[in-house]
Amino acid sequence: MPQALSKQFWIDSAMHSQIASFSEDTPLALECGEHFAPFQIAYQTYGELNQDKSNAILICHALTGDQHAANIHPLTTKSGWWNLMVGPGKPIDTDRYFVICSNILGGCMGSTGPGSINPKTNTFYGPDFPLITIPDMVGAQAKLIEHLGIDTLFSVIGGSMGGMQVLEWATRFKNKVFSAIPIAACAQEAPQNIGFHEVCRQAIMADPDWRDGHYLEHNTHPKKGLAVARMAAHIGYLSKDILSKKFGRNLQDRDNISFGFDADFQVESYLRHQGNKFVERFDANSYLYISRAIDYFDLPGKYGGLVNAFAGTKTRFCVISFTSDWLQPTSKSREIVRALNAVAAKVSFVEIETDKGHDAFLLDEPELFMTISGFLEAAAKARGLNLTSVTAENVRHIP
Amino acid sequence: MNKHAPKAAKVYEIPKRRVDHLLIADLVDNGSRVLDIGCSDGALLQLLRTNKNIDGRGIEISQKGVNLCVAKGLSVVHGNADHDLVNYPDNAFDFAILSQTIQATYRPKHVLEQLLRISKKAIVSFPNFGHWYIRTQFFFSGHMPVTTTLPKTWYETENIHLCTFKDFVQICNELEASVDKVIALNNNGYKVGVGLPLFLKNLIAEQGVFLLKPKA
Repeated sequence: MPQALSKQFWIDSAMHSQIASFSEDTPLALECGEHFAPFQIAYQTYGELNQDKSNAILICHALTGDQHAANIHPLTTKSGWWNLMVGPGKPIDTDRYFVICSNILGGCMGSTGPGSINPKTNTFYGPDFPLITIPDMVGAQAKLIEHLGIDTLFSVIGGSMGGMQVLEWATRFKNKVFSAIPIAACAQEAPQNIGFHEVCRQAIMADPDWRDGHYLEHNTHPKKGLAVARMAAHIGYLSKDILSKKFGRNLQDRDNISFGFDADFQVESYLRHQGNKFVERFDANSYLYISRAIDYFDLPGKYGGLVNAFAGTKTRFCVISFTSDWLQPTSKSREIVRALNAVAAKVSFVEIETDKGHDAFLLDEPELFMTISGFLEAAAKARGLNLTSVTAENVRHIP
Repeated sequence: MNKHAPKAAKVYEIPKRRVDHLLIADLVDNGSRVLDIGCSDGALLQLLRTNKNIDGRGIEISQKGVNLCVAKGLSVVHGNADHDLVNYPDNAFDFAILSQTIQATYRPKHVLEQLLRISKKAIVSFPNFGHWYIRTQFFFSGHMPVTTTLPKTWYETENIHLCTFKDFVQICNELEASVDKVIALNNNGYKVGVGLPLFLKNLIAEQGVFLLKPKA
């Protein structure tokens, strides 16, 4: 086994999560045609599953997220990425709901991805990892949910790429999703975003340390390229206004411009910092694969129109967008709402006014919290969840 | 100070139980599919859900209103009558309700057209600009009328397309919609002029509820 293995952070971080392993007997049929096995999914759970297993919520993470939604992240030692949203007494209340968050297939936090060992070659998958899609990620999650013995999810919730997974769940497993909250999502990735992704991928692949994707065997990591990718992508997560408000044209640790290419401006310094921080916790190949999966996401293309995709749905939807999000703007959410209205679905839609851009779903947005807690509360009532009675007597512990 | 200058009318207190809601609820059949456009905090939808077992949807312009509705378990979409009715398929609802909203839309005719397209029956309520007090106020003072039903001055009001009962019936005729019921109401939402012809209702009603049907 290659020596680099123990040095790779994502292998270690899996140890802080629960792991569901799927053997050769239960391969995952990927969209590319391959039957993928074996594989494993790393996940976290919060709260307790009730006796009739009706209070489970699946949280789907975004491109660079992971399963550590509400616990201390083992690598960064910071709070989970949705710590504001998930926890006891929070909008996604872990005193009431059993919350599951899994690392996506193709990720780098313990689920099988390009950084994992290919058992057939006994070396890293690297660029030989199959091209996975959003439906493939959801297919793997479905296996995890089945493994946990849960038939119907009370809710599937996610922002950005997580929202795409929510939509995939709701269209593919119509009877297994009681309610769905796609946030800052779209049913079909826009060409502009595919363009951004291509820039990010080219930055990674242009890094000589990428080694045609085989960097793990060479004990390298294309950190420069991955950092540039993160910097470019990060601009998309913010809004023009928040950049102006946060940084303006302020200079970083200096009184005058340097007439050079140093990080004169605070905004440059900030982006460099974001890039450098990111490479310590993320695998470059995973970034390539996941961004590609987003590009390929196309519900209307798959079903011959978005209305067909939702036909016959009984799921209760709460679609949420943000005014200053230019990556997945409100118009994309409205497309979803329009299609849901066309099939007479139970849909609510909220456009939240904020200057925080696409990333607003991760931040302190009281209106977002109110919307989600209110929607879940009402859905719980409709589901007949006796929320106050999740007590020691009627709780079933997951082994 | 000019004694004819428009005075701010006394504050119109919304009764705890809106009478017009009860009246609208009377018009809605049990178990029907209902769209409430401008559903505010969802009070009417909730009333209809409880008393008429309807399958309800709402459209609301304010964030706060949408949040209140969502928290009540109502399916409400953030949007407005001018832009969002086009998104619904033909005959999607048994009833579409437009309560005290049409006078504030940019394109009332378009909104009415859409209403009649997406529903089998439309219920529209609005303040009547043909009321005798408005007519006399305008006639004698020469100012834009300010009343308890329409308490804001011309430069503050969001009511940009006010009309009379007669105007409304006229546009319904233009759109080939049949007016099944005209319910004349006073400012407190109680029925007045029951059985009187339209031109008299147009004089004595401060507001009205119309039940419309698209011509088959």
